[in-house]
Amino acid sequence: MAFLHAVSSGTSATKSVLKSKSLTPYLLLAPGLIWLVTFFIIPIFSLASTSTMVRPDGAQVGVYEQKLRFANYVDAFVANQDQYLRSFFYAALATLLALAIAYPLAYAIAFKSGKYRNILLVMVIAPFFTSFLLRTIAWTQILADSGPVVSTIQLLPFIDDLFRINNTSTAVVIGLAYNFLPFMTLPLYASLERIDPRTLEAAGDLYANGLTTFRKVTLPLSMPGVVAGTLLTFIPAAGDYVNAAILGNPSTKMIGNVIESRFFAVVDYPTAAALSFTLMATILILVTLYIRKSGTDELV
Amino acid sequence: MANSKVSQDTGDLKLDRVSKHYGDFCAVDDLSLIVPDGSFFALLGPSGCGKTTTLRMIAGLEEPSAGTISIGETDITTQKSYRRNVNTVFQNYALFPHLTIFENIAFGLRRRGIKDVKTEVENALNLVEMGHLAERKPNQLSGGQQQRIAVARAIVNRPEVLLLDEPLGALDLKLRRQMQIELKRIQTEVGITFIHVTHDQEEAMTMADTIAVMNQGKIEQMGSATDLYEAPKTAFVANFLGQCNLIKGKITSRSGDKAIVTAKGLNFEVPLSRVATTNDSVFLGVRPEKLRLDDTGVNSIKNCVVTDRSFVGTSTQYMVRAPWDLELVVFEQNDEGLHDLRVGDTVSLEWDPEHTFALDGAGDINAGADLDDDE
Repeated sequence: MAFLHAVSSGTSATKSVLKSKSLTPYLLLAPGLIWLVTFFIIPIFSLASTSTMVRPDGAQVGVYEQKLRFANYVDAFVANQDQYLRSFFYAALATLLALAIAYPLAYAIAFKSGKYRNILLVMVIAPFFTSFLLRTIAWTQILADSGPVVSTIQLLPFIDDLFRINNTSTAVVIGLAYNFLPFMTLPLYASLERIDPRTLEAAGDLYANGLTTFRKVTLPLSMPGVVAGTLLTFIPAAGDYVNAAILGNPSTKMIGNVIESRFFAVVDYPTAAALSFTLMATILILVTLYIRKSGTDELV
Repeated sequence: MANSKVSQDTGDLKLDRVSKHYGDFCAVDDLSLIVPDGSFFALLGPSGCGKTTTLRMIAGLEEPSAGTISIGETDITTQKSYRRNVNTVFQNYALFPHLTIFENIAFGLRRRGIKDVKTEVENALNLVEMGHLAERKPNQLSGGQQQRIAVARAIVNRPEVLLLDEPLGALDLKLRRQMQIELKRIQTEVGITFIHVTHDQEEAMTMADTIAVMNQGKIEQMGSATDLYEAPKTAFVANFLGQCNLIKGKITSRSGDKAIVTAKGLNFEVPLSRVATTNDSVFLGVRPEKLRLDDTGVNSIKNCVVTDRSFVGTSTQYMVRAPWDLELVVFEQNDEGLHDLRVGDTVSLEWDPEHTFALDGAGDINAGADLDDDE
């Protein structure tokens, strides 16, 4: 009897171990899942339902009812296509600018920084210690009409005294590129740092000069970083409204500014929701095409 | 055409008084060396002896602090690595992970603007018997396969000199043996000068026509495997290549073609041609397999005691203690004459004068011992 008892309690112990083992992944997933459902899935459905609502005749501001009016999307897009195009255009320019600045920076940190590597990495991240808004406002000082940048450029012979950067599209693009630079730099650094320096030596050994080594070995091997960095810059830049609001003018408004004012100033929720969804869908399609085209899944 | 920029000289590789300093540290110290065209040359030494630095200077990956390097009549000392007709098989192969095996091998050919890349690559793949793997990526290959591809990628360019930096270090023993034979075959087939850097004395002896034993940035001795093994010139070489018994003694007479070395009151004969020093204080050397457990020879030590024995298949290895503070290693072939001694047995040792050598007794008697397989 005692023996049997021992055996049965043994199996039940094994069972309970198995049971707790199979529960572990779900327990680990739970906090994230709950967060996602509460703050992403539910809001997105609520936003989707808002986007097809209509304000009944004579109703108060902010009161809408569901009419499944999909024409909201067409109306919203037609009325704001300039801002859409401008958003993607600015975001693309800012991404290219950030890439042009971040690639040499990440390259230098990965291959040439020696003992200063960690200090340089901290300096890349350091701007995050101050607020996004403050940093953007600081740029209005840097680019101010009587500021150091503008007055230096005005020294050039063919630049007239009316030249300015603040409140122009240039300022918006500069602001976007600056604000998202760390998102470009860090993935680039991570992928460059992973490259075995001996493969670069091997390229030199196999008759490739510096430039060819970069084109044929370094750049292809850093493509995962380029793709990740450009996505992490382009996506938030396309939806950003802070830079256009602080550094731009009324004719440099991006789609983020329109959505913001529809939500909070005009209190036109259905249009704001429809604009948000169109933006999301467009970015999703662009990103999918981009990843397909760059073929990063084939890279190691 | 692009390849006209790459030097095309043939001839011996010559290092003339080459040094390399890193701050205060001297990695390579006033090294001179001639590697004959078409030979299989090994740079052998423990880690940190400067062999890899020497190799990197030949490859153009490091610039010498002093001295010149030339191939034939051309001085290549300051020539960029991509202009040298020298290729390297790197220690961890350094294959390009984003390119197929075919493109890895084609890399050098394309850079030089060679026309018939396909045929050349296929020939190289066939040479290393890897033709079926052309479309794979390096990370889909085993270590041994990657090793062959690294050789093919270098050899396809028909370099004047092929440098191999511990190419077999990452392979297991069986595969290493197999690749040793393979590399030797390839070298014989293509006739290119191979310079092989290794810390593995067996590897160097198996493959190379000439071995240079390096220690602390200098060449200790250079010669064929047989020369180095049978007639080492320094204690370091004697200990680093195989095992060696060294006995501290003094030359008490040099007459005719032989010298007499006295140690602890015993006299030993050495042919003068095998005395590597003008000093009288010497280390008398004899290899373990040259010792016999007998007492009839010219050179003998009586009243020794067996302190350890181990059976290793083809031979039995004894540790034998001489009547003074000296342990000798003896290998006895496992054939009819086997003595089958036990620990504690008393024996006599004897060996022939022509198997004896005498080295300068000024240095460390243990130099180079226990260094060979520590990596």
